[in-house]
This record gives sequence, C-alpha cells and structure tokens, in this order.
Amino acid sequence: MNNSYEAVIARKNDIMRKSVGIDYSQYEQDYISFDFEKMINDCGFGLDEIRKIQAESGVGQTPLKECKNITALARKVSKPGYGARIFIKDEALNDSGSFKARRASISCYQAKKMGYKGVIAATSGNYGAAVASQAAKYGLKCIIVQECYDSEGIGQPEIIEKARACEAYGAEVVQLSVGPELFYKFLLLLEETGYFNASLYTPYGIKGIESLGAELIEDSIRLTGKEPDMVVVTNAGGGNLTGTARGIKQVTDNKIEIVGSSVNLKGLHMASDTDFNKKSFTTGHTGFGIPFIMNPDRSDVPRSAARALRYIDRYVTVNQGEVFFMTEALSILEGIERGPAGNTSLAAAFSLAQELPVDKVIIVQETEYTSAGKHHQAQLAFARDNGICIYFGNPQDEIPGRSIVFPKDISLLKAVDLDLEEIKTKYIYNHIKGLKQISKRDLEFLTIETNTSIEFVKNLLTHKNIEVEA
Amino acid sequence: MIKKNTWVKIKKTILKPEERTGNIPEETKKVPLLMWVKGYLLENANIGDEVEINTLTGRKETGKLLEANPAYMHTYGKFVPEILDIDRLLKDTLFGGETNE
Repeated sequence: MNNSYEAVIARKNDIMRKSVGIDYSQYEQDYISFDFEKMINDCGFGLDEIRKIQAESGVGQTPLKECKNITALARKVSKPGYGARIFIKDEALNDSGSFKARRASISCYQAKKMGYKGVIAATSGNYGAAVASQAAKYGLKCIIVQECYDSEGIGQPEIIEKARACEAYGAEVVQLSVGPELFYKFLLLLEETGYFNASLYTPYGIKGIESLGAELIEDSIRLTGKEPDMVVVTNAGGGNLTGTARGIKQVTDNKIEIVGSSVNLKGLHMASDTDFNKKSFTTGHTGFGIPFIMNPDRSDVPRSAARALRYIDRYVTVNQGEVFFMTEALSILEGIERGPAGNTSLAAAFSLAQELPVDKVIIVQETEYTSAGKHHQAQLAFARDNGICIYFGNPQDEIPGRSIVFPKDISLLKAVDLDLEEIKTKYIYNHIKGLKQISKRDLEFLTIETNTSIEFVKNLLTHKNIEVEA
Repeated sequence: MIKKNTWVKIKKTILKPEERTGNIPEETKKVPLLMWVKGYLLENANIGDEVEINTLTGRKETGKLLEANPAYMHTYGKFVPEILDIDRLLKDTLFGGETNE
C-alpha cells in the first residue's frame, strides 16, 4: 500500500469510517448544513445510561466545593454588595485526574461494545490519560499520539508528564515533534491496527460530558438551594462547553449563563517549531479556542459534535500570569492543589464574580490533577529557562511568548471579553465562502450554529450577494 | 551494547523537510517531523544504531536507538521565588497584612 503523505490523506474518509463506526455522509444536507441533532441522537446514550456507565467506571459524581476565601478575596476588590459566591467542581477526582474521563468513558464503552480490540486518540492533553485509564478498565489496547517535542527534542514538561500518566495506565505513547502532520501518523496507526478512533469530537466524546452539566445544577441546588447563575467553562476544542451546556439543558429549563474562557496566547503560532516551547499552556488556550469555535469541523472527524458557538453566551480570555496566580490562590487559600490549565475558568470566574451581586452563584466546572511537570512551579521554571520574563505588574501588559505577568494588585486580574458578534460573523462568512446561493435549511442551520437570528444571517448573506433558494 | 528484549526508546523521521505540508510556518517546514516511541529491542544493538522494536500494542517500529530503560526525569523545575510573593499578596489582601505580624 502507498503510505506517502498524499496517499494516506486521500484515504482519510475511508479510514475514519472504519475507525469510528459512523457514516457521517448520511447527515450531510444541502450546501452547508448537516443534521447535528440526528447525528448526536443516533449514537444513543441517554443521561441515565451515561451516569450508569460512568458510575461503574470511576467517573462522575465529583464534589462541588465552595471557594469561600477566593470569594472573600473577590469581594475585597468588588463594589459594595458585589462578589458572587464561587464554587468549583473538583473534576480532578475522576479516575485519571480530569473531566476528560467523562468523554473517554463513553468512547471506550462504545469501542468495547462494537468489538474493537483497542482505541487510539490523538491528544497532548489530559484526554490521553483518560482514554488510557478507561481502556485499562475495559481490557482494550491503547495508543496515544502526542505532539510533545520541538525538533530539538525539547518537550513541554506538562506533555511529558501526560505521557508518563498514559504509560502508567498501560498505553503505548507515540510522540511527535510540532506540526499538523501528526494527523498523518494518526491515520497510519488507525489503518495499521484497526482500532477505534476515540476522538474527542465524536458524539460519544460529547455525550460523556452531559453528566457534568447535569451534576452542576443538582450540586448547586443541594449546596445553595438554587440553580447557579453562571457556569464558566475552559474552552479549547469546544467539547467541554458543548457537553456541559447540553447536560444543563437536560435538567433545567431556566437560562443559565454559559461563559467560555481561554488563556490568551495571541501572537503564538500553534504549528511553529520555535513558538512551541514559548507557551506555558498547552491546552485551554485561544490557539485552539478561536479556530475551533470558528470552524468546528477542522477536527479529526468529518463532522465535529463539539459546536461551542451554539451554546456560548459570552467568551472571555485571561492571561497566563493570571491563571498561574489563581492556581496558587486555590492552593494557598483553599487548600486545593491542582494543575494550572484547568484553572483557566477559575481565573475568569474570579473576575466575573465581581460583576455579580453577593447572592449570585458562579460555578467553575473543572479542576485537573497536578504533578511534576504539570504544575505551575514546573511550568514557570520552564518558561524562565526559555527566556520568558516573569514579573508582577498589569497582566494586560503580558506578551505571550515573551512575558508572564502576575497582577501586582488583586484588582488588576481582569477577564477580557471577546467580541462574540464578530466571531459569529466570521463563522458565517467562512461557511458561505464561494457560494452563490444556499437553501432555506442552510439558513436555519447557520442561525442555530451561531445562536443568532434569521435576520442576522440574512443581512450577512445580502452583504455577500448570496441568495436563499425559494 | 544493549541486549535484545531490553525496553528502549527510538527516534524516527516521519517526514523529511521537503515532504512537509505547505500550510505550516517556515521554521517548522525546514525541520523534519520526528517520532519517538518505546518498545522491546528485537536484536542486540548499540546506541545510535538503526533498530527494530516491538511496542506495547505488539506493533513493529524502526528507528535510531536512543536510550535503554528510558526513565521519567521531569521535575518541578528550579524554584520560582515569585510564587511566595503571590502567597504574601493574597494573604495580605485577604487578611489585611496579619501574616506579617
């Protein structure tokens, strides 16, 4: 068989169909649209079934904890009567140490049910350990493909630790240097082994998080007597936000504000061999968050089930220094030592809490485990070794790849809003590029995809001289 | 010499610079796409030799022999004293400087 780059990429659709057991072509509709809800629903797995599978595999029912001292700290810098109560869902306590266990649990359950001998996932994040851990439970073989090193063989400490964790759960770890052609090796491995593609972006990878959304509401009612007013989600590929929001909608009809948050890595190129080790966050950042929210289908399956723009009410960024700062605050003020990337949403929530009255409830919906390499101490030391300047000042002055700025005063820690309307506009322009007309169904699809109105989409279509078929 | 059946780490070039996709930054395009993987050595060999290994899932991979019994050497890094300054700022703001008394 011809295993050149071009030949393997040309076999992509066939390899994908065999490795996820989903024929995505059946959901395709007109010029742009596909039937998202049908794709999700066809995979089965109601909330009760998900909870049962997860309860039997060391996943879910993690504690929701009130961060009383962090709330008190926010109130020190809020105007009188402001500073919402901040709670954190301690997802680090799932087997394998992050909320990703929820996603892996359904993927591995499905792989086992369909008779696959093993699972493969392409991930440098916590998802690797999650898949390895769940595969171990089901007796599945497991390969994790990581982007880990630059071309000099210098690895991100956080990713090296995740490789160790994968191996601790019995997985084979294939590590690659920087570049999107990782996908080529990933396809070769799927073809060679015939294993299940435990992609983060199949319906299984999203369904598994719905239990988290449901638990947030139930936990909040139990602890505070009411539903939360705001849920803050760290956003990268969009799956965490999509699954959480969908889970919330299954247990309440009330509107709960869903805020996405990402670490600001503006200016660093994700496929750059030289930028690779200048960043201190390898996930939860804008380098994934922005491209994926604009074009969800850039993922490793033909149609991604992670579609954050459908559910997000507000999108904010925080800087690396602010997230490290709040990671230390969680440890020193609350006695909870956790990994930095999961605290992106905590840093955002600390700022957002100051906008809401004291009787409101904000939930930060994840934490992640910490250890050597995957700890703010290790990552700051690595940054300093790579020539990054670390100092106290105004975090808004931080330049990703050059500096990490801790707030010199608590009041300087500020989440910054991204313009969601601009993102939605770009999403629509990206999807209608090169078209002369679209169908009515496409128009509705774009409206739902961007959570806007028919009028909003029509205005943009008119601007680009695109007609809607009668 | 590293003996057959030893647990080792190898390195392999997956794509040479000229084989890389056009859609990447220049600094990435001029270096190869490399792979590192671990497995059991199939024949006696020396560090730097081209070897074949059997991976944990029973696959065969070839590449340059880097290391026998590769260890986890990642750490918490050199101490970053600013973290103590964060602690003091947090406690002073919350408790009004009592930590200094």
